[in-house]
Amino acid sequence: MLRRTLLGAAAAIAVLGLGFATAEAAYPERPITIIVPWGAGGGTDATARILASLMEQELGQPVNVVNRTGGSGVVGHSAIATAEPDGYTLGIVTVEIGMMHWAGLTDLTYEDYTPLALYNEDPAGVQVRSDAPWETLDELLAHVRDNPPGTLNASGTGQGGIWHLALAGMLQNAGMEPDRVPWVPSEGAAPGLQDLVAGGVDVVTCSVPEAQSLIDAGRVKSLAIMAGERADAFPEVPTLSELGIDWRLGAWRGVAGPAGLPDEVVDTLVPLLEEIHQKAEFRDFMEGRGFGMIFLGPDDYRQFMADSNEALGGVMTELGMAQ
Amino acid sequence: MNDAVLTAFGLVFDPYVLGVMLAAGAFGLFVGAMPGLTATLAVALLVPITFFMEPIPALAAIVSTTAMAIFAGDLPGALLRIPGTPASAAYVDDTHKLTLAGKANLGLGTALCCAVIGGLVGASILAFTAPLLAEVALKFSTQEYFWLATFGLTCAAFVSTGKPVKGLVSLLLGLFIATIGIDIMAGQPRFTFGSVELMGGVSFIPAMIGMFAISEVLRWALGSTGGRDKTAPVRQATGAVFAAVLPVLRRYKIGLVRGSIGGTLIGILPGAGADIAAWVTYAISKKFSKTPEKYGTGHTEGLVDASSANNASLGGAWVPALVFGIPGDTITAIVIGILYMKGMNPGPMVMLYQPELLYAVFIAFFVANLMLLPLGWLAIKSYGQMIKVPREVLMPIILILCMVGAFAINNTVFGVAVMLVLGMIAFVMEENGFPVAPAILGLVLGTMIERNFMQSMMKADGNLLAFFDRPIAATLGVITISIWVLVAGGAIHRWWRGRSLTTTASSSAE
Repeated sequence: MLRRTLLGAAAAIAVLGLGFATAEAAYPERPITIIVPWGAGGGTDATARILASLMEQELGQPVNVVNRTGGSGVVGHSAIATAEPDGYTLGIVTVEIGMMHWAGLTDLTYEDYTPLALYNEDPAGVQVRSDAPWETLDELLAHVRDNPPGTLNASGTGQGGIWHLALAGMLQNAGMEPDRVPWVPSEGAAPGLQDLVAGGVDVVTCSVPEAQSLIDAGRVKSLAIMAGERADAFPEVPTLSELGIDWRLGAWRGVAGPAGLPDEVVDTLVPLLEEIHQKAEFRDFMEGRGFGMIFLGPDDYRQFMADSNEALGGVMTELGMAQ
Repeated sequence: MNDAVLTAFGLVFDPYVLGVMLAAGAFGLFVGAMPGLTATLAVALLVPITFFMEPIPALAAIVSTTAMAIFAGDLPGALLRIPGTPASAAYVDDTHKLTLAGKANLGLGTALCCAVIGGLVGASILAFTAPLLAEVALKFSTQEYFWLATFGLTCAAFVSTGKPVKGLVSLLLGLFIATIGIDIMAGQPRFTFGSVELMGGVSFIPAMIGMFAISEVLRWALGSTGGRDKTAPVRQATGAVFAAVLPVLRRYKIGLVRGSIGGTLIGILPGAGADIAAWVTYAISKKFSKTPEKYGTGHTEGLVDASSANNASLGGAWVPALVFGIPGDTITAIVIGILYMKGMNPGPMVMLYQPELLYAVFIAFFVANLMLLPLGWLAIKSYGQMIKVPREVLMPIILILCMVGAFAINNTVFGVAVMLVLGMIAFVMEENGFPVAPAILGLVLGTMIERNFMQSMMKADGNLLAFFDRPIAATLGVITISIWVLVAGGAIHRWWRGRSLTTTASSSAE
């Protein structure tokens, strides 16, 4: 017992000494926190956790994932933006950063962050029950067009959320009123899909990975994705472009810090994230879960967020979802 | 399906999980045996620890803790005449008088054996009905969920202990708290007063920890229960525990079956937990007994019914929790919070996505109740030592665990603030005879009712008849409304009778 105490004390002194010795040394010298604005167990959380574990291996410092949920993502996004810009608090910024301020929920925009790397983008999909009468998106859209508004309804996220926007934009680009298929708000893709299976709604426009388990279980089928080209993970699902509808929308996720991160931090983390992106471990995980892979460094990522922000603002204004 | 069962066996019969269950069981016995500390509080204190566990050990720990805590509540009941948890209150006179007659081993042995049997019956009913119900629940849309949640609230207000009016007030408070935060229908912040933290709503687990644990710490600190347990002499159960039990069980085997099944059914009802299961089955047992006059005088008959019922209700409460995400009691209300925290949304989809998880919970129930036999025996034998732990040490530890738990959910001090504020509210409520359980159910079910009501209305374009459009929804609706009519009719009837009998004794109207 005494021996253990002594050993512990010695170790503590050694660690302290080491700490002092490296006080002037390179970033990072203490644990890093990654804030996730969405719940544990969801897609954003899962990708953040695999990133954190790989960063930890490379940096030799603990990287902790912290879920700050609630308020449709406002709470977590605020926590990232208002953290000390010292490189020890980072976060996962998601597509909603370009939507929340248009909806009047917050003043935060993409400009409140230091972008590091964009690592994922998943296009919206069009999912229906597997026993639904439509085999293709054209058949579904024809049904919507030939029947009075409100004949079919759709769900997949909250009012004005990303998948609501996806549906409205698709209808508009197919030459119909954006609210011809009324939106039934849900707390996310999972409850929306459950209601789809139960027959409560007819269409769910979430991303295909989110519907994967139900597609595998033979309860749901995916008719199209809202992207320019087919996804590697779902090669059999056609794109809207192939069907002649010019509309693309997806959810994305990237690593960012509060505005004004020191160059040293950016120069350490960006090459590291790029390296992780190439790692078999990361690729296997992302492909296994069906997450779309993409990599953009700080400048491209900033431009990407600016474009996304513009596009979302435009559509939301057109659809009357902006304040 | 069989693969999932095998996987589940592998998951539970893992040295780590079994070790966790054993430790959680010892913890549950200790908390349950401390007068005033309930099984729900034991689970609330487990939250910060389960945060660092995989889902299976976390759920197994809760199952094990509660099974032990409900039995352990009988220990101080029998030996000190203070029920350790409210679930032991129904038959405390019987067990205590047995102790006074020098038959503590008979009373506690019967309680232990009945708890084990009741628990096993509850687990069997859970394992049998949950997968079947999950298949039905897949057909449930927003209308059905609206009625289920409304039915739950109805039960919460009327089934809870105490006056229905006070239950209703408590329920409304819970419903109000549930409206705080961003409204997911319109995306508008409500009652947030510009606070970004409040936009996320009042997190449910800090609220529960506060209402169950902080209120108890406050009560102790302010001396409401102080001193009681010091004055009572501690008696010890001596002699063989099981020897005299077998004839009792054989004699009252009908009571055993009735208590176990009745307890499970009451557990399934939203809002009614182990304490109500014990009270109701004790009353039923008395009604059907040939010797009702012996009840409360150290008789084992009611004890058999009620002590099997309170443990059986634990398994029952998991049925609606796992299948519909509607808590069957306050313990499963916390369980639902933990499931969400682990990214597993309770509901019929769990059966599709992670059937092994459901089976693991069932197996954990069987294991926990079998473990209860040796652990309970040890607890009976060592109770004298357990009760010696001073409250001055215990209460600060509880307070620290609460703080850690409330902080860990979202890694924010705001959670601690929520816990403290709601703890104080709950303390004031309980001191004035308002039950806390309806508030908790209001908090859990309020969002569910609102969301499903709004979603149904949006689908039906505002047509209220949509709530009776689908056959299951119509059935559930009719049942719920009949309960309202019956309760309202009963109240009017009593009021009428009370008016016509104003001159005679009004006590019969109660």
